[in-house]
Amino acid sequence: MARDLSPAVSPPRAAQARGGGRVTDGPAPPPRRPGRRARGWLYVLPAVAVYLGFAIWPALNTLRLSLLTWDGILPAEWAGLSNYVKIFRDSQLYEAILHSLALIIFFSVIPIGVGLLMTALLMGKVRRGMTFFRIVFFLPQVLPLVAVGITWRWLYSESGVVNQFLDLVGLGSITRAWLGDYGLALVALGLIGTWVMSGLCMMLFLAGAQKIDPSLYEAARLDGAGAFRQFRHVTVPGVRREITVAGVITTISALASFDLVFVTTNGGPAGQTNVPGLLVYRLAFNEGDIGGASALAVVLTVIVVAVVSAVRYFTRDDES
Amino acid sequence: MRGGVSVRYGVLVLLAVMVLVPFAGIVLAALHPSGAQLDGLSIPDRWSWETFALAWERGNFTNLMRSSVLIAVFVVPLAVAMATLAGYGLAILKVWGHRTLSFGFVMGLTLPIEVIVVALYFNLREVGLTNSYLGVILAEAALFMPFGVYWMQTHFSNVPDELVEAARIDGARDLVVLVRVLLPISWPAVTTLSVLYFMWSWNQFMLVLVMMQDPDRRTAPSGLGLFVGQYTTDIPLLAAACLIVIAPIVVVYLVFQRSFVSGITQGAIKG
Repeated sequence: MARDLSPAVSPPRAAQARGGGRVTDGPAPPPRRPGRRARGWLYVLPAVAVYLGFAIWPALNTLRLSLLTWDGILPAEWAGLSNYVKIFRDSQLYEAILHSLALIIFFSVIPIGVGLLMTALLMGKVRRGMTFFRIVFFLPQVLPLVAVGITWRWLYSESGVVNQFLDLVGLGSITRAWLGDYGLALVALGLIGTWVMSGLCMMLFLAGAQKIDPSLYEAARLDGAGAFRQFRHVTVPGVRREITVAGVITTISALASFDLVFVTTNGGPAGQTNVPGLLVYRLAFNEGDIGGASALAVVLTVIVVAVVSAVRYFTRDDES
Repeated sequence: MRGGVSVRYGVLVLLAVMVLVPFAGIVLAALHPSGAQLDGLSIPDRWSWETFALAWERGNFTNLMRSSVLIAVFVVPLAVAMATLAGYGLAILKVWGHRTLSFGFVMGLTLPIEVIVVALYFNLREVGLTNSYLGVILAEAALFMPFGVYWMQTHFSNVPDELVEAARIDGARDLVVLVRVLLPISWPAVTTLSVLYFMWSWNQFMLVLVMMQDPDRRTAPSGLGLFVGQYTTDIPLLAAACLIVIAPIVVVYLVFQRSFVSGITQGAIKG
């Protein structure tokens, strides 16, 4: 706060605030500073108002609705915690939560691994074509997930590219309609997430890796570390913060997934790819169970906050 | 050493192929005549561009595109302006309660849309804002606000204090400091935020699906989501519709790819 300026011109703000009365129409600068922090609210107000009105207020209302039995039309009845009890008793709702936790492996864990691999390959002295690869790898991340889902639905279909490829390499015996397979649909769905998220992870890690002090690589090389060990002992620790960020972002997108599932499997076959987001939508807008949908949304939020906190806690713990 | 480099390029090319094959697939599929049966990747006998025209017409894309553009054109400047003002208030003016407010916005980054959308629908229905562009625009602005405020606040707090202080000594008021001193050096940050907001607005699905019952007011991705249900088996038609929806965002991505990168690497989340 203006350390280099003369204190007579620019005294610390706290002193100004306390002696507010003394500051009258003196020589021009600094003009009416005690009011600044109050008038500053005018700047913050539009954002706060829209955010409170269209995000926080509805979120709190969802909490309230979760305690009601309501079909959206007739008068609501108090339901207490019964909507929550239902979530843990109804195997479909319960399994949806487990599915979304399983998706973390495909949306988060594997993409972080692939992202690290891409980073390792894109770093170093040989620079030709690296921008091209970076742009290509990140591309899936900018597409609407609906379009991604439709594309993959076709790739996974019985006569699709995936099976065509498997036939080509002599694995024709395992071909099937992947998204319709009872046991493998969730895995197939998850791999679409891997395809989308890997580029995001790579981009984060590349940015982090650029900040690593080159002398660390120099030192590692002098100690006789090869490319792999340099990566393992210099790059990976250097991007630990970015790994946390990637973990948080991708975990949220795994738990709150909706778009992809809606267009690829719509929960099928036999509920094997149900996720909370899909059931919240279905309960609220197809089945008219607003209370149940709201309770599931609240449970989902609690899980997101818990898992995100856990990811941050564990990665932070490693650092110290 | 030479061997290492070729292995590296080999793996990179392999990964790039895995990313690009789906695109090649839908482009080839879209060039088949509508209704054709496709077996995986196959080159059409005759390239038929009319599939795009048909998809455009059947998918009601004139209206969908108009809605998408309309919503994005209002959301982006509105949300960027509000985020910029708030970031300025929190980082430079340090309004009363700025720590609590910043924390509140950051917490908002973890709120999944599912916990907002159910009650939002009923709240907006009460005030007649469902099926309305205004409702979706304000809701999107609210959804994007946590990241925008965080982004602009971080940017402004990295501006040297002396710059702001000097302007104040010259007698500049708050608004003048923002407009004349901070904004001119903040265009990269503002551009990046605008690009990300455009992408999120364009790709937003669940919110629009819930808020817009009127098929003419849906956005391109939400219209596409329902188009799928009607034409499940007509792969060329679906592929063409997909390409229509992704074309604008791919163009924006290629033009602004640096801004995408800097935005995402600072911790953006996909809205």
